[in-house]
Amino acid sequence: MKRNERVGENLNRALHDVMAAHDDTFLIGEDVLDPYGGAFNITKGLSDRFGDRVLTTPISENAILGIANGLALTGNKPIAEMMFGDFITLAFDQIVNFSAKSVAMYGRQHPMHLVVRCPVGGRRGYGPTHSQSPQKHFLGVPDLHLFELSPFHDNTAVLNGMIELGKPSIFFEDKVLYTERRHQEGLVADLFTLEFVGEGPFPTARLSIDGIGDPELVLIAPGGLAGRAVEAARELFLSHEIACAVYVPSALYPFDVSVLADPVARAGRVCVVEDAPPGGSWGAEVAHQLYSHCWQSLRAPVRLVHSADSVIPTALHLERDVVVSSRSVGSALRELVR
Amino acid sequence: MTITAQAPPELRALDDEDLESLLLVRHFERKLLDLFAAGKLNGTTHTCLGQEYVPVSLNPLLAEDDFVFSNHRGHGHYLARFADPAGLLAEITGREGAVCGGVGGSQHIFRGSYLSTGIQGESLPVAAGAALHFKRNELPLLAAVYIGDGTWGEGSVYEALNIAQLWELPLLVVVENNGISQTTPSAANMAGTVRGRAEAFGVGYHRVTTHDIHRIRAELAPEIERVRHQHQPLVVEFETVRLGPHSKGDDTRPAEVVERARQRDWYGGYRAADPERFDRHDHKVRELIDLVAADVLERPLVSGGVA
Ligand SMILES: Cc1ncc(C[n+]2csc(CCOP(=O)(O)OP(=O)(O)O)c2C)c(N)n1
Repeated sequence: MKRNERVGENLNRALHDVMAAHDDTFLIGEDVLDPYGGAFNITKGLSDRFGDRVLTTPISENAILGIANGLALTGNKPIAEMMFGDFITLAFDQIVNFSAKSVAMYGRQHPMHLVVRCPVGGRRGYGPTHSQSPQKHFLGVPDLHLFELSPFHDNTAVLNGMIELGKPSIFFEDKVLYTERRHQEGLVADLFTLEFVGEGPFPTARLSIDGIGDPELVLIAPGGLAGRAVEAARELFLSHEIACAVYVPSALYPFDVSVLADPVARAGRVCVVEDAPPGGSWGAEVAHQLYSHCWQSLRAPVRLVHSADSVIPTALHLERDVVVSSRSVGSALRELVR
Repeated sequence: MTITAQAPPELRALDDEDLESLLLVRHFERKLLDLFAAGKLNGTTHTCLGQEYVPVSLNPLLAEDDFVFSNHRGHGHYLARFADPAGLLAEITGREGAVCGGVGGSQHIFRGSYLSTGIQGESLPVAAGAALHFKRNELPLLAAVYIGDGTWGEGSVYEALNIAQLWELPLLVVVENNGISQTTPSAANMAGTVRGRAEAFGVGYHRVTTHDIHRIRAELAPEIERVRHQHQPLVVEFETVRLGPHSKGDDTRPAEVVERARQRDWYGGYRAADPERFDRHDHKVRELIDLVAADVLERPLVSGGVA
C-alpha cells in the first residue's frame, strides 16, 4: 500500500475493488469513460476494465438516478456519479421519492443497493453553481443515508459498506480532497495521532494530541473540513496551548452521537463545523443530538461554524470570505474557551 | 377536448376470461366510488372507468416477468395482471390481506415485477434501468410503463426516451391518452403530438384508436415482440376516454363532453356483441365484488409499522 496515495487515487482504487468484487455493480454518470474517466478522474480505468458496466449518459441527472433506481430495483448495485454535487438537485425526485421511499413504502423492507457519488465544495474557483455543499438538503429523509469522503478513511471499506447497506446512500466528496494525500498512520500535521473509534465500516476518525489527557475542546468536522479543522486545532495548541481533539465522522446521517457523547461530555465544550451556509444545517442536527445527550455536562453552548450566508463567489478573494477557513474555525474555538 | 361524437364502435365478442377481466375492473372501481360516497374510504382514488380495455388487451402480450410500471390510475393495470380485487381493496382500506401492508394505498403497489408510484413521469427512467437489466442479462423481457397524456409535460419522459433509443432498450411506453390531465385538456397541455415527440427520438410509435381487444392485440403483438427481442423501444398511444372524474367529484368537464365520452364506452359495445352472455358475466362479477367488499371491510385493520 502506498503511504502517500492521494485521496482521489484511493477512491478510484475503491471503485476498482468494488466493481471487481461484485459483477452486479455499475458505474453510471456523465463523461465517465476512459480515457477521460470523469470530470475529476475518479472513474479512470473503470470502463477499460469493466466495459459495459460503466455507463456514460447524456446530460440527464434525473435519468441517471432513474436508471440507477431501475438497476437497484432489479437487484443490481449501481453507483451513480453526479459530475458536480450542485446538479444533484435535478435528481432530487428520484433520490427522495424513489430510491429512499421504495425501501419501505410498499409495506415491507425492500433493499435498494444504491450509492450516489457527489463531488461538493468550493475552493476550486468554479463559482456559485459548481461549489455548493448540498448535504443539508438530504437530511432527515427516512432510509436515505449520507456519508462523506475523508482524508483518513479507506474508501474500499466505506464504499463496500455503503453498497451493502441495502439503503440508498449519498457519498459527499469534497473535491479539494481528491488531490490531497491520504493519512493512514504516523502523526497528522506533526502533532496529532490518528485512531478510529466506533464499530463497523463507518468508524469516526479521532485526531488527538499525544500526552494530553482530556482535551479542553472537541471539534467535529466532516471529511471536507478535516484539513482546515486540524490546522485550526494545531494553531490553537502551538500558539495558545489549548488542546482540542478533532473527530471526523464518515456517516453524516443518520448521525450516531454515541462515540462522541462521552468525549464531548468530558470536554464540556464542542464546536461543529461544516461547509454550508447556516439554516437547517447538518451542524444544527448534530448540536441537537449533543444537547440531548450531554446537556448536563456542557459548559458552553454548542458552537456551530458555517460558511457565510451567501452564494459562493468565483473570484478567489471573494470566495475566501465566504467558505470556512482554518482561521474562522480557530477564532470560533478561541471564543469557545474564553 | 376534441372528441367528436361517435356511434358505439362495433366490437367483437370476447372470451369469458377477457370479459370478466374487463368487468372486474369496472365493478371494482364502481364499488370504490360507492364506498367513497358512503364515507367508507379514506384519501382519494383515481378510477380508470372507460380505459379498462387498455391493460386487459395488453395483458396476454406481456410476460409474467416483464416489469410493469403503473401510475396513479393503476387499479386496472393491477387487476388485469393479478385478478386480485381483495388484496387491492384491502390495500386501499388498510385492512388485513393488503398487498403492501396498507402503506402504499391505491397509488403505491409493488408485487412481483409490478410497481406503481404517484410521481408523474418518474418511472420512465426507472423502467429504462429495469430494461437495461433485462438486456444485459439476455432475458427475453421488457419493461412497460403506463403514462397519461399530461405526463408528457415531465422532462424525465424525454431523458428516458433519449437513452432508451440510444442504448436500444426493451422499453414499452403505453400512453393512455384520455384527452385530459386532471382538469387540463390536452389542448392546454401539449404542443405538437405524442407521435411527433416519439419520432423526434427515433422511437417507434403506434397509435391505437379502437376499443376492439382482438384488433388491438393483433396490431400490437408483432410490435411488442420487436421491443422484447430486437430491443427497439416503442411508444403505443391509446386514444381513450376517461368516463369518471380525475379523482372523486372533481370533474370540471361540461356535461356534453362527458356524455360524448360515455358514448365511446366499451361497456355498451361489448354488451351489444353478445347481450345474454355479457349480462350473465356482468351479474356474476358484480356479485363477486359485492362479496369481496363485504369480506374485506369486515377484516381488522392492518397493524402499523413496516415489517
Ligand atoms: C410530479 C407530479 N405532478 C403532479 C401530480 C398530480 N397529478 C396526479 S395525476 C395528474 C394528472 C395526470 O394526467 P395524465 O398524465 O394525463 O394522466 P391521467 O390522469 O389522465 O390518467 C396530476 C397533475 C403528480 N402526481 N405528480
